[in-house]
Formats: sequence, C-alpha cells, structure tokens
Amino acid sequence: MLADVPAAGAARAAAADPAQSPAAPVLAVAGLARAVPLPAGGARSLFSGVDLAVRAGEVVAITGESGVGKSTLLNIIAGLDEADTGSVTIAGQQITRLPEAQRAALRCAHVGFVFQAFHVLPHLDLARNVALPLLLGGAREADALARAGAMLAAVGLGDRAGDWPAHLSGGELQRVAIARALVGRPALLLADEPTGNLDPETAGRILSLLLAQARDNGAAVLIVTHSERVAAAADRALSLTAAGLAPSHHG
Amino acid sequence: MASFNPVATRWLLAGEWRAGPARLAIAVLAIAVGVALGFAVHLVNTAALDSFGRAIASVSGRADLAVRGRTPAGFDELLYPRIARLPGVAGASPVVELAASWGQLARPGSKARGGRLALIGVDPLRAMGVTPGLVGIASAGQSGVGSRPGWRADAVFLSPALARAAGVAPGDGFTITAAGQQSRLHVAGLLRGAGDDAQLAVIDIAEAQARFGQLGRLQRLDLRLAEGADVAAAQRAIAAALPADALLSAPEAEASRADALSRAYRVNLGMLALVALLTGGFLVWSAQALSVARRRPQFALLAVLGLPRQGLVVQLLVEALLLGVLGAALGLALGHVLATLVVDHFGGDLGGGYFSATHARLAFPPLVALFFGGLGLLTALAGSIVPALAAARQAPALALKGLGEVPDPARPPRAWPGLALLGAGVLAALGPPIAGLPLLGYAAMALLLAGGVALMPALARGLIRPLLGVRAVPVDLALRRLWGSPQAASLALSGIVASTALMVAMAVMVASFRQSVDDWLVAVLPADLYLHLEAAEAGGLQPADQARLAAVPGIAAIRFQRVQPVRLDPARPALALMAQEGAAAVPVLSRAAGAPPAGAAPVIVSEAMAWLYGWKVGDVRELVIGGQPRRLFVAGVWRDYARQWGAVIMPMADYRRFTGDASATEAAIELAAGADAAAVQSALMAALPAAVHGQAQFGRPSDMRRVALQIFDRSFAVTYALEAIAILIGLAGVATSFSAQVLARLKEFGMLRHVGLARGQVLAMLAAEGAGLGLVGALTGVALGLAMALVLVKVVNPQSFHWTMDLALPWPLLGALVAALVLCAGGTALIAGRRALGRGAVLAVRADW
Repeated sequence: MLADVPAAGAARAAAADPAQSPAAPVLAVAGLARAVPLPAGGARSLFSGVDLAVRAGEVVAITGESGVGKSTLLNIIAGLDEADTGSVTIAGQQITRLPEAQRAALRCAHVGFVFQAFHVLPHLDLARNVALPLLLGGAREADALARAGAMLAAVGLGDRAGDWPAHLSGGELQRVAIARALVGRPALLLADEPTGNLDPETAGRILSLLLAQARDNGAAVLIVTHSERVAAAADRALSLTAAGLAPSHHG
Repeated sequence: MASFNPVATRWLLAGEWRAGPARLAIAVLAIAVGVALGFAVHLVNTAALDSFGRAIASVSGRADLAVRGRTPAGFDELLYPRIARLPGVAGASPVVELAASWGQLARPGSKARGGRLALIGVDPLRAMGVTPGLVGIASAGQSGVGSRPGWRADAVFLSPALARAAGVAPGDGFTITAAGQQSRLHVAGLLRGAGDDAQLAVIDIAEAQARFGQLGRLQRLDLRLAEGADVAAAQRAIAAALPADALLSAPEAEASRADALSRAYRVNLGMLALVALLTGGFLVWSAQALSVARRRPQFALLAVLGLPRQGLVVQLLVEALLLGVLGAALGLALGHVLATLVVDHFGGDLGGGYFSATHARLAFPPLVALFFGGLGLLTALAGSIVPALAAARQAPALALKGLGEVPDPARPPRAWPGLALLGAGVLAALGPPIAGLPLLGYAAMALLLAGGVALMPALARGLIRPLLGVRAVPVDLALRRLWGSPQAASLALSGIVASTALMVAMAVMVASFRQSVDDWLVAVLPADLYLHLEAAEAGGLQPADQARLAAVPGIAAIRFQRVQPVRLDPARPALALMAQEGAAAVPVLSRAAGAPPAGAAPVIVSEAMAWLYGWKVGDVRELVIGGQPRRLFVAGVWRDYARQWGAVIMPMADYRRFTGDASATEAAIELAAGADAAAVQSALMAALPAAVHGQAQFGRPSDMRRVALQIFDRSFAVTYALEAIAILIGLAGVATSFSAQVLARLKEFGMLRHVGLARGQVLAMLAAEGAGLGLVGALTGVALGLAMALVLVKVVNPQSFHWTMDLALPWPLLGALVAALVLCAGGTALIAGRRALGRGAVLAVRADW
C-alpha cells in the first residue's frame, strides 16, 4: 500500500533548477523538444522546452494525458529515441551527442529500466535474467550470478533464483524486473508505468519495493505514470504538456 | 562494453534452444543435407575418377607421348622405324592394343562368368625403356615376356585385378578372345605395376599380331622423348610424319578423356547438390527470420539493457554460425556414409554407367571437407544476415510496446526485386555453355528460384485477392490475414517453395528424359531380335559367318551393322562410326533437302556430333576411314541417347568400299511369320563361329527396353532420393514455421475468442489459413519448378550431354504434390492451433510474450 512508501526525506526538498543545487544532478534535461510527422505532411509539436534535473536518491514522477509524449520523453532520455532539439545529460555525459554504440554502453553502465509489461526473458532462469545486464557490462559469469542472487534476495525472491519466469505471478515478475534494473547499481532508474499491469494491492507493494531499493542503491528515479498514487509517492510530481514540464497538483 | 559477450551469447542460445529445439534442428538438418549431398557426390566422383584414371594409366603404360590409330584397325607397322628415328625421340615401343574378352560375357541376370580386358602386345626389350610398367616379371618357375632366357610363345601376364576376377594364377591356362580370334595362353606372371582396377593382359607383340590377325598392324606407338628435348618441336615433327589413320596423343589428353567421359554427369550432380544447399539456405532464412520476428521484444530489451546494434547482429550471426557448424559437421559425416553406401550399392558413377569396370575407393580429403563444410557455414550465415540486420534496425522502444511490427495492408508488397531476378534468370538461361558446362543454366535456375521466392508476397496477394469476401467468417478471416500480411506468408513458405520447385524441376526433367528415351528405344529397336558381339571392334563376323546366319531358318530378314570407334580429337572419347545395311532405323530430327554432292558419301550424324564437332545438315566434312580422309555429306541429324560423344551412320556399302572390311559386329533380325524367337536364337548361336560364342549377346527389344529403362531409373535413383529429402525438409520447415507463427499469435486468438469466435471457428480459421498458404506455396513452387525444368530440359541437358529431349509433364505427380502440400500445411496449422489453444489462448490476451 502507499502507506508503506518510505518518506522522501531530504530529496523531496531538491530544487527544480540543477544549477542552484550543491550536488550535480544525475539526470539533466535542457530545452528538449520533439515533433511527430503528420500523415498529411508537416509535423505536430509533441512537446517543447522540457527542462528537468533529477539528483541521486530523488524520485520524480511525470504524469500527463495519453498521447502527450511521456514515453517518448523517457525513450529520448534513455537514448532510444531522438529529440529535435535540446540535450540530455546522464552522469555527466551528454547522451544526445553520443553515437549509438556509446549510448548503449552508457545505458549499460548507468541506467536501469522497469517496464509496465515486465519483459522478463522466458527462456532464462530468474538468476540469469537478473545477471544479464552485468554480463553485458563485462562482469564475469560467476560474479554476475552471485550479485544477481543477492539482488533477488533483496526483492524477496532469494529462493527462486533457478526458477523459470513461466512459474511466476505478475507481481513476482515485476520484482525480477526491479532486481534486473538495479543489479548494476545504476545512477538513474527509468520506470514506464511500472505498476500498470498489477492489481492495486500488488501495485502498492511493488512501488514500495522499487522506491526502497532505488534509495538503498542511491539511484535517481524517473517514473512515467498515469497513477495518482504513484505520483503522490514521488518526491516531485511533474505534468508533461505541449509547453513542457510543470509541477502537478501531486507535487 | 564489448559488442560480443560469449557468456551472454551462450545463455541466450541455450534459451533459444529450450524455446524451439525443432526449429533449430530443422535449420541444422537443412544445412546438413546440402553439405552431405555435395560432399558425397564429390567423394564418389573423385574415387571413381581416380580409379578410372589409374586403370587408363596402367593400359597406356605412362609413356611421354603416344601415337594412336584413329580406329581399332590401327596403322601400318612401318610407321614405327620412321617415328623412332625422328630427332627428340629417345625410345619407341610398338604396341598392339586390342579390346578383348575372357570367359562367357554375362548378360544382366545370367550367372555366366567373363569380362572385358585390354590385350596389349609389346616388345619387352623396347617397352622396358619406354613403358616399363607393361613389362611383366615372370613368377618363380615361369618364363615369359620379361625373361627372354626361358622364352615361351604363349606366355601372358595379367594385371592382379584381372587374375583375381578370372580366378587364375601363374602357371594356369587362360583363354582370350580378340578381333574374332580365340587363343589359349599360359599365365606366366602378374603385372605388379598395374593399377588396382586395371583389367589388362600383356603378351609378346609378335604373338599378338600372329594370334589375333594383326600382322603388319600396330594400334599404338609409345614414345619416350630425349632428356631436354624441345617437346613442342618433337610433337610437331611426329605429327608431320603421321599418316591419316594415326594421331598423336599426350598423357594430358588421356587424362582429359577420362575426365570428359563423366564430367557433365558429375558436374550436374554436383550442381544439384548445390541447389539443394541453396534450398537449405532458404530454409535457414525462413527459420531465422521467423525466430527473429518472434524475439523482437527480447532483442529490444537487450538493446535497452545496453547491447549495441552490432552486438545484436554478432549475436545472431554467432547463432547462425553454430547452426552452420553443427549442420556442416553432421553433413560431412552423413556425406561420407552416403558416399560409402552409394559406392557399395551403385558403383563409382552413381549408376550412371560411366566407370562400369572400376572399383572405387573412398577417401576423406580434409581440404574438400573444409570446402563443403565452409559452404554449409556460408549458407547458414547468408540465410541469417538479412534477419539479423532487420533485427538490428528495429526501434527498441516501439518493439517493447509491441508496436512497429504491425503489417500495413494498405502498402502493396514490392514486386520489382523478384521480377528483376526472374529477368536475370531468363537472360542467364539464354547464355552459352562455359568451358563446355551449363554453368549459366544453373545460375539461371538459382536466379529463378531467388526471384520466385522474392516475388512470393506479391504473388500471394494476387492469388488471394479473388477469394476475399467468402461468407464463412473463419475462412474470410484467414484469407484477409494472408492478403494483409503476405510477407509473413512468404516467410513461412520460402523453404517449401524452394524445395517444391527443385522437386518439380527434377521430376519434370526426369519424366521428359525417360519418355524421350523410351520413344527413342522404340524407334531404334524395330526388329524382333538383335545380335551384338562384345569387344569385337577389331574383328567381328566375316562374310562367311554372315551368310551362315542369314541362312538360319525362321529369319525373314537380317541386317548387319559394323560399329567402329573412330578418334577425331585425342582429348575426347572416340565417336562411333556405324555402317548399316538398308535404311537407317533411327529417329531423324532433320534432313538435308538436296542430294549429296558427287564423291561424298551420305551420313546421318547424332546430335552430339553436330554439337561437339559442328557438323550441320548439308555440310560436307572429312573423316579418316580406312586410312584415308573421306568426304562425307551430312544428310541428317538423329537423336542418340546411347553415345554421348557422337555417332555417324553411313551405308554399309560405302564403309566396305572405303575400308575393304566386310565384317560386322551387330545384326538386326526380323523373324518370319510364326517363327519361335528362342529357337531362332539357338540356331543363330549354333551358326556363329565357336571363337565368338563368349562375346555374342542376343536381345529382344522388349527385354532391351526393360533393361535400358532399369538402368535409367537406377542412374536417377540418387536424384529421386535428393528430391524426397528436399521435400521432407521443406515440409518440416513449414511445420515449424506454422507452429512458431501460431504460438506468436496467441493473443490474437484470445482476442477472437473474446469477441465471440468459438474454439472450433478459430481452428477452422487456422486450417483455412494453412491450406491457403499451402496452396499459394504449392502453386508458386510448381510454376517455378516448371520454369526451372525448362532450363534443365532445354539448356542444361543439351549443353551437358549434347542431346535434346521432348518436354513431358507428369501431371498426376504434380497434382499429388500440390494436394499433399495443401493437406500438410492445413493439417500442420490445425495441429499447431490445437496445441496452442489448449494452452489457454483466452488468458494470452493479457500475457507477457
């Protein structure tokens, strides 16, 4: 339940302007704009003037109407999509300027992902699913599996490391996804509707787990959500509109 | 971060293996079959050719150069001292070389023992310096050619293979028949230097001339050139000294003749194996493309987790490489087993009838194995590269949302790449042979195949369009899906289209060939009974023998024929000169309009003759007959499936006038009304000279046709096996593709159940979809196969074997094939659907992948 969500603490007080913050933000977005082409020709502006800074340990939620471009914004931040203008800096590196291979390397080193649809590989056991990002980052197999086991234990699945995804419930699958997202101790955790496929009770537990684990790992968290409860649990809640980000009533 | 992580790759591969072992197994098998066929055909042919080459080298004794008679009649022995004195010639050894036989020649089915052999007469003292391999060493207690002191006139030295076959040892008697003469000889020893398979007997040259009617004649003059001699100058000097009935032949020409004999047959089988490998490549492509389509979200996840695009391509290519390595290893092992079985079962020429006297030995050449294994790897990689690049190009964010792969029915599939490939195929089919081989013809077949597969989406859409709007909802849904996403259909079907096309092409070619051969046999065997003398090129039935045969009661008419090999080109096998009494009983394809010019004898030449030597209807050409060049008028071209290296038919009267040779080697007998064929045959046998009884073979047209067609079917046994394997793999490919596609569409089925379709209706939809796909695949495969068959019949065969054939379509077989494919595809879809729906498609609507 949302009552279980840990208090945001000092991070809640973080300012919207990264330049005024004593510590450099993990994620800095400046002047981001994106338009989508129209079938009849021309383009429609999806959003523009998006500025954002998220510091270590801070949880920021982005809400907005369907089609406003929340997921697109998240994908641009992760280097999976392109902005028309503006820049995204993660852990001091401007990802929008990097070629594809270096973006992939940056994601591997500093970014964790949690998706609405879990996306757990069905033909790898849980330990290997969680260990996969470590392996892709160059870790040795034994180390990767050991750290994956510890991470699974941290999300409450310590005794299921050798189990197959087909045997898990939705909530358990999302725990695996959280473990996979955090196993590499990323500086930034991106979550796209992380509780969208879960019932309210399970959603509450998963959200608590996600935020607790992220804070334990000192990660900055950016969550895209429709859920008011999720937004309320964040340190800051911002609403995305065509004109950019504005504090939402949850903030 | 490295773009290739071996541990991650191993994990993902193991996961893929768990997800679809059948899919991977089919891909491995597809590669393995292509590699196995290519490797087996190569092994068998190499073994046969090596052993054939060794046999030829044994008979020719490995001289530097040889002068040979153009015909078995040879040349005057006075040529020997003239050539021996020429500058550059260090040694010359005169040779009598006769086609001979021992024992009773076996007809198919009979238990008589006997065989053909090359009878060589040499002067041991001369031969010692030129061809020492032809000089026998007498065994202890024996004496003979190689041991002058204890001379014995009837001494004969046998090659070990001949001694084994005849069951004789030094000290035994041995009877040989050659040039119509029979002679009892004494085995003095073995020719240790003879090749393993050589059927060879060596006697003293004077004895050979005296005993076998060759006084004053030689068939060969083996030459050794002086150390440091100008070979080209010596060859020119020798050639200038030769009479019309002799020609100069170098060892390379011998080898080239052995190669030429079966080259087209070998290349054809090799090419067919490569086409099978190409089919395997399409199957791999189909399997990999489907697998990639199914794993799009997984690949997207890997990209999100930090695997760069090139890492994904490497991951998929490593997967393909593993498939290729497994397939190649399995293929090489299978190929070796297949080659062993084939050599044991059919002989060294896969039943083609080219190396009947030889026994092939198989080896495992590592370089060749590497080559064919490498081809397998390349096929696997080529089949995977396009799906791998497509996977790397996808947008991960869209793929993770399950978007970006939705087919857009409004966009028609592109037809131009397929049409361009088909056009290139047609152009290639019109091209000439390269180095005497139909390489462009095979390129045409590959291009047609690729073009057809590339055209599949457009074709599928075109074929389905008229069927849209069927009232039954499940069938309408099935057809609309096929129409709306023809790329998926083409993906599932490319393997089966390729293998069906290959099978149809082969089936039509074989049916056309068989029908043409059968028609030809009927045309060339009009008489009631045929007599043939084996190994009688230098002798045969003399006029007195012929008169005795003609007088046998029960015969209405008897026409004699004299068949004689004539060498026009030292690098090509001899052509057959056939002198016939009466009108030629052969199927003539074209005739000259006018009468022959004065002084030119009319001849009818075979298609091979026209093809190889450019003899056209109406031409006047020269051919050395009876030691003199004779002017011949090409009065017609006939179809001959028996002599691939050319045949010339001339009137017997002209032949006798040219040569003075009144003998005959064959006779066509028409029985009088009411005469008993068996009784006439016995009477004819009794009328034959005793010396040729062992060589005489009688045949009735019906038996000869049956045996000929049996041999034909046996020689195509390997291609039938190839077709069956290709089609089985194709069907297995369809089964795995359908299963994969059905599993990938679980959510769709769940949705259909939600909107009110009954389970049976979903299954009916799947069956209709499968049958529709099967029909599209079968029709495309048959159409492509017919186009490829046209190339085989009209381009590849004439260019390889120098004969044409009429196109015959085996409609029942083609109909059965289409029906089988439709049933199999529908059935497979149904089975896959039942399995999938059994797992709860309704739940799948909200399931993860």
